[in-house]
Amino acid sequence: MNYKASFKRIRESRLFWVLTAWAVILGFNALFIPEFFRINIQDGHLYGNLIDVLNNGAPLMLVAIGMTLVIATGGIDLSVGAVMAISAAMGAVLINPAPTDKLVSNEILTRNATNTPLAIIVLATLAAGMLCGLWNGLLVSRAKIQPLVATLILMVAGRGIAQLITNGQIITIYYTPYFWFGNGYILGLPVSIYIVAAVAIITWIGVRKTPIGLFIEAVGINPKATYYSGISAKNIQLLAYTFSGFCSALAGLILSSYVHSADGNNNGLNYELDAILAVVMGGTMLSGGRFSLLASVIGAMVIWTFTLSMYALGVPANALLAGRAVLVLLVILLYSDRRLIKRRSKSADHQNKPDVMTSDEKLDLPRP
Amino acid sequence: MTQRLKLSVLRHGPLLTTITIFLMAYIIGSQLYPAMQRPQAFFNLFINNGFLLIVGIGMTFVIITGGIDLSVGGVLALTTAASAALLKLGVSAAVVIPLMLVMGTAIGLGLGSIIHFFKVQPFIVTLMGLFFARGLAYIISLTSVTITDPFYKYLALTPIHIPFFAKAYVYIPTLVGPLLLLVAIHLAYFTRFGRIMYAIGNNEQSAGLMGFPVGRTKIMVYAFSGFCSALAGIVFSISLLAGYGQFATGVELDVIAAVVMGGTLLTGGVGNVIGTLFGILIEGTIISILQYNGTLSSWWTRICVGVLTLIFIGIQSIFARRKKDL
Repeated sequence: MNYKASFKRIRESRLFWVLTAWAVILGFNALFIPEFFRINIQDGHLYGNLIDVLNNGAPLMLVAIGMTLVIATGGIDLSVGAVMAISAAMGAVLINPAPTDKLVSNEILTRNATNTPLAIIVLATLAAGMLCGLWNGLLVSRAKIQPLVATLILMVAGRGIAQLITNGQIITIYYTPYFWFGNGYILGLPVSIYIVAAVAIITWIGVRKTPIGLFIEAVGINPKATYYSGISAKNIQLLAYTFSGFCSALAGLILSSYVHSADGNNNGLNYELDAILAVVMGGTMLSGGRFSLLASVIGAMVIWTFTLSMYALGVPANALLAGRAVLVLLVILLYSDRRLIKRRSKSADHQNKPDVMTSDEKLDLPRP
Repeated sequence: MTQRLKLSVLRHGPLLTTITIFLMAYIIGSQLYPAMQRPQAFFNLFINNGFLLIVGIGMTFVIITGGIDLSVGGVLALTTAASAALLKLGVSAAVVIPLMLVMGTAIGLGLGSIIHFFKVQPFIVTLMGLFFARGLAYIISLTSVTITDPFYKYLALTPIHIPFFAKAYVYIPTLVGPLLLLVAIHLAYFTRFGRIMYAIGNNEQSAGLMGFPVGRTKIMVYAFSGFCSALAGIVFSISLLAGYGQFATGVELDVIAAVVMGGTLLTGGVGNVIGTLFGILIEGTIISILQYNGTLSSWWTRICVGVLTLIFIGIQSIFARRKKDL
């Protein structure tokens, strides 16, 4: 009995499903791609697929942290990929303030130097992302536009803005100190993973040691009740979207530093799908409410483990898109299916009950 | 009398605004660039944006029921890629076109069923549909596939002269959009299906309690949207004579923007397909002006469409508020 209860507690934990998924993928790899687990040491750094999961997955983990808070307020942020592109473009243009219509000699463009201090580049990049987030937040909280549509505008127009910043070119970055964020190592581990850890811990403290987390959940479950209990639902939403913009900007910074370039069309492509997948796998309901940061971060890690395993097997990146889409649907159905079963057993208890929804079930309805 | 006039203006307010803005944009454009005064420039709007109109009709229906369909661009791209690949294998166009339409309808049917039976929000299901369809298109081919089928070429290159306008012409696929619009007008305003659609958008629960087949209608609306996307994909692949998974990226926003500009409320229950036509004409006019200007780059169209969407959502909320006051 006690054993059964503790198993139930484990099974209902948010981390259970995502860890199970990870175990399944790692188990598959152990059987079919044993070299996946090999870790070498070169120049005092660790190399290997598992380290790549951490390094390549870092941008997604950051985006997933921001997305978790937005989804917890009952919203969604489709613009994360575009914000990544905007912030990457911002950083690249500040390093090489060259791209205009006039031709610039190659020596100026490819030299390993910049006129802007690195600190200002980083701050401006983050500020650009936060501005995008603030814009989304204002549209959602003040103008009362559905989060889906508000962020869809930036999802599509944002790539235009990114190209506007880079004047439609793919800017290659040659400034080596900038590469530290995406390629550097501290104590043998990639720098990017330390950044993720720092953001995750600060966010965790922010939402679990202060009332903000509770407010976010309250807004996600019932914004009206939250309003009547004296919490400014508007400002909580604004905060969540701005924070998501900040996380996306940081992700864009790391990504552009990793690939040494800023491309308005392809930086952060499809990140909105992966971020939603990570958050949903982490057990956060898309209708808002309770959330788990750790589960989302692990969800992002599962996605990159899966992706790199598929690359190791020789599956092309674009074709993976279909597989991941099916995966998201399955995960979402898994959760909604459970609700369906619950509802069925409930109506079995009340055979004669007319087919009208109870107020309890109304809460389950998707919000417009 | 004035009260009635006021009401009818408010009722058709968004549509009238859209038509006025279209006329203004077109007149300003033709003053700036005299080439736009030629009749052909107007018919080019239909030639270039025919596929958008087709997708927009399906999207309008979905939004009227209170949902949203983000999968349209993916289904469109998948249709172009799949049809190009099949034609390259030597399959007859007479088989490919119906097959593609069935495929699009089936995808819409699947998405609609998931939305209805599992009670998942439409946007997340259709977003997955978008990525799924694009992924499938890439599985078919990672590069662009050209179409050399003689029937497709015939359709793409045969001009149809327009009566009363000496030099103006359109192509055969251009006619698909306007014809579908007539069908959609009939469906929306003169059939039981149309009325149930509006009823669901206004209040799904009451529609259900009144005995309307809510689930069936919703699934049919998504299937119709999938059908429209596939049809648009065929028109698109005919006009470009190629198929590629990267075609029509970001078309979702263009279409949603056009639907919103046409006076369809994103909350559902209010809207019309005629407005969508004018929404698409506005977008087409803006793109034409940017092209005639020549110095502004193509990404400005993306930004313009985004700004326009915002403005029209603002206009909608003003009209919605006024209506409440009356």
